Amino acid sequence: MTGTNAPAGTFVRKSSPRGLRAFATTAAFATAISLSFAAHAADSYDPDAIINVGSLYEPQNLDNIAGAGQGINEAFNSNVYEGLFRLTDAGNVEQVLATDYKVSDDGLTYTFTLKPDVKFHSGDPLTAQDVKYSIERVTGPDSKSSRKSSLAPISAIEAPDDHTVVVRLSSRSISLPYNLTYVWIVNDAAQNLTAGEDGTGPYKLENWRRGSTLSLKRFDGYWGEKPTNGEVIFNYFTDATALDNALLTGAVDVITGIQSPDALAQFKDNPEFTVSEGKSTTKELLAFNDRVEPFTNVKVRKAISRAIDKKKLLNSIWGEYGTLIGSFVPPTDPWYVDLNAVDPYNPDSARALLAEAGFADGFSFTLDTPNYDPHPIVAQFIKSELAKVGITVNINVITANEWYNKIYKAHDFQATLQEHVNHRDIVFYGNPDFYWGYDNPKVIDLIKSSETAKTEEEQVAKLTEANRIIADDAASVWLYLYPQIVISKANVSGYPVNGLNSQFFAYGIKKSD
Amino acid sequence: MLRRLAILVLSLFIASLVLFVLLRLLPGDPANALLSVGADPQQIEAAREQVGSNLPLSEQFLRFLGNLLRFDLGTSFISGAPVGAEIAARLAVTLPLTFLAFALALIIAVPLGIVSAVKADRWYGALISTVSQFGIAIPVFWVGILLVLVFAINIRLFPSGGFPSRGWHAPLEALRALALPVLTIAIVMSASLLRYVRASTLDVLGSDYLRTARALGAGFTEAFVRHGIRNGAVPVISILGIELASAFLGAVVVERVFTLPGLGSMLLLGIQQRDYPNVQGVLFVSTLLVLLVGFAADLTQRLIDPRLRDKARVAS
Repeated sequence: MTGTNAPAGTFVRKSSPRGLRAFATTAAFATAISLSFAAHAADSYDPDAIINVGSLYEPQNLDNIAGAGQGINEAFNSNVYEGLFRLTDAGNVEQVLATDYKVSDDGLTYTFTLKPDVKFHSGDPLTAQDVKYSIERVTGPDSKSSRKSSLAPISAIEAPDDHTVVVRLSSRSISLPYNLTYVWIVNDAAQNLTAGEDGTGPYKLENWRRGSTLSLKRFDGYWGEKPTNGEVIFNYFTDATALDNALLTGAVDVITGIQSPDALAQFKDNPEFTVSEGKSTTKELLAFNDRVEPFTNVKVRKAISRAIDKKKLLNSIWGEYGTLIGSFVPPTDPWYVDLNAVDPYNPDSARALLAEAGFADGFSFTLDTPNYDPHPIVAQFIKSELAKVGITVNINVITANEWYNKIYKAHDFQATLQEHVNHRDIVFYGNPDFYWGYDNPKVIDLIKSSETAKTEEEQVAKLTEANRIIADDAASVWLYLYPQIVISKANVSGYPVNGLNSQFFAYGIKKSD
Repeated sequence: MLRRLAILVLSLFIASLVLFVLLRLLPGDPANALLSVGADPQQIEAAREQVGSNLPLSEQFLRFLGNLLRFDLGTSFISGAPVGAEIAARLAVTLPLTFLAFALALIIAVPLGIVSAVKADRWYGALISTVSQFGIAIPVFWVGILLVLVFAINIRLFPSGGFPSRGWHAPLEALRALALPVLTIAIVMSASLLRYVRASTLDVLGSDYLRTARALGAGFTEAFVRHGIRNGAVPVISILGIELASAFLGAVVVERVFTLPGLGSMLLLGIQQRDYPNVQGVLFVSTLLVLLVGFAADLTQRLIDPRLRDKARVAS
């Protein structure tokens, strides 16, 4: 986070080609010939190249407030639509369409100054009215955005002139700039955004062939730096093997996040490909229904956590990749602390805790398991681990759609497996009505008051404490943090490797012949 | 004729009703696909209202039927796109795939089937027959995976999957994308087709009229071409109708293996997301196509075989 008092005009795209080149050249002068060769290679890219991106996440429609799914963030965030702010690949919040902003002393009024001379793809100029319209789209009654509730403190938006937007809050909201990274600025005159677009980004939508491809073409009227390629085509696949084959046979240049560990071997030691490991925010967890017996008992939850050898699980699924974090907070969130030591693998201690809780002879429970990878394998592993401490697990396989009905909406479950992909989503533990029903007044208060904190230090301190408490309470079992692996052809570079919030900025991708 | 048309319409109606009920028996809610973890109860209710899953079933069915009478298949719950237009776009992949595969299967199966019957006593006749037996036993997706391994990954002759972003505006690329899927369906289909052609040819070879023709002085080839093929074709054509329909179904599986944006992938995704208008639309159109193909096969048979025409005349 760049802070609430960021100076004006601090926006610099982190991976600007000029910056990279300058760096490479300096390095080459300073060191060896091999590096000057690298600098030369980076220079000789095709400025009009077509980049074929392979992905498993086709958007369901093109509007992020109409239930388009995570695929739309991947394709459109910062490529087609921009926000007042952007969450960079490194996890910082930087200004994009806002050149400056001021916060009143009580923290309740934010005044944003808009970047001048910005045009939408349709040719209309960006005005304060568009920004007001765009924010109200996300907070409005038709919004299906999962971030709607985080913008709830907004009580009014005003547009005193074309370049100024005033946002008034009912309570302090230190994450407002961060939360605004989720708000696309759209033309308030645009029609039918579920099948078309009108944004300010470096690319415009060329065409979308449902079930197959989505093509973006460089927008010549873009206000910022020109992309280092001419066109980006997202190629969508429904299974990971088909996606890997497409990369292997050269049909795609880069894949946004590999989901089948088995395939890694064929790319890893092959000079035709580059394998990069970035930082992920996707957590695999065993979520108890903390409202129902016996999971109301902290000792039972801790016992289960200690009975599962998470290191072995991660290793059997991802080999050397992935991370154990011991909590819900990944290292890219500012309130991360390594909490693996809270409930380390220890079956003896698990048995002792169970006995203390009155379950010396064990018990049995049903684990609702989504029917797609990696959940069925994880469920089998947990079943065999828990059998060793006397707990019987009945695996109940369900589809993603049923999961949403049974678990998310009806809370009708004992325990379930799920992957949580979002950045900064510890806030879910501050909502006692959330599906897992974790209800600790101290945590609820910490999370709530962290948002009204006056400084970032205060916010970070409170959320770090909340993080420690949920870990001590073993609110859920956090199995592992997924690895984030991006594979490309060796002649392609400049893509983001972290994939925070599933974003995939394409404007810096270079392809040499 | 009119009676057959009435049966066709009635079949369509019953099929839609059955589909409608079966789909609603699936656990889940189409509104879920629009929501994500983090949605609040108001957003959930609003989504249900938008897709109409909060309405009673009878009302949902009446809406669907009402639209259908106006030749409107509705709009997708999830993408908001009109179902009819989407199906038309997808047919541009599925129809060429089905017909090319069907044609290729015929080209393979008819000559080989005849040869394997006429030369049943030779080693190659027996070989063709044995290989086709094997072809019937293998599943279509397995053939697809094998072809990808050989022709896409090892030889790199054809793409392993996908369809060009410009579609048929890039005709060569589109044809290359369809090559392996077409071959996959054709291989499996020609195996069973060949068995029918062979059986039918064997029947003809043992028939009295062929023996009579030869007794009257015709050579084997002349007798077979003049009398055998036409007679042998009648049972094969009734099978062809069924085979064409199954090629269409094979396309569902094959589109999945090759990631083609056809009707099959639309159907599978629609079922996963409980996108009822899409699923109903696809199934309605496929039912219609299958019924029409059956209808066409029937007409063709009557054209070829005057006995069927006469029978129909006597009956009516």
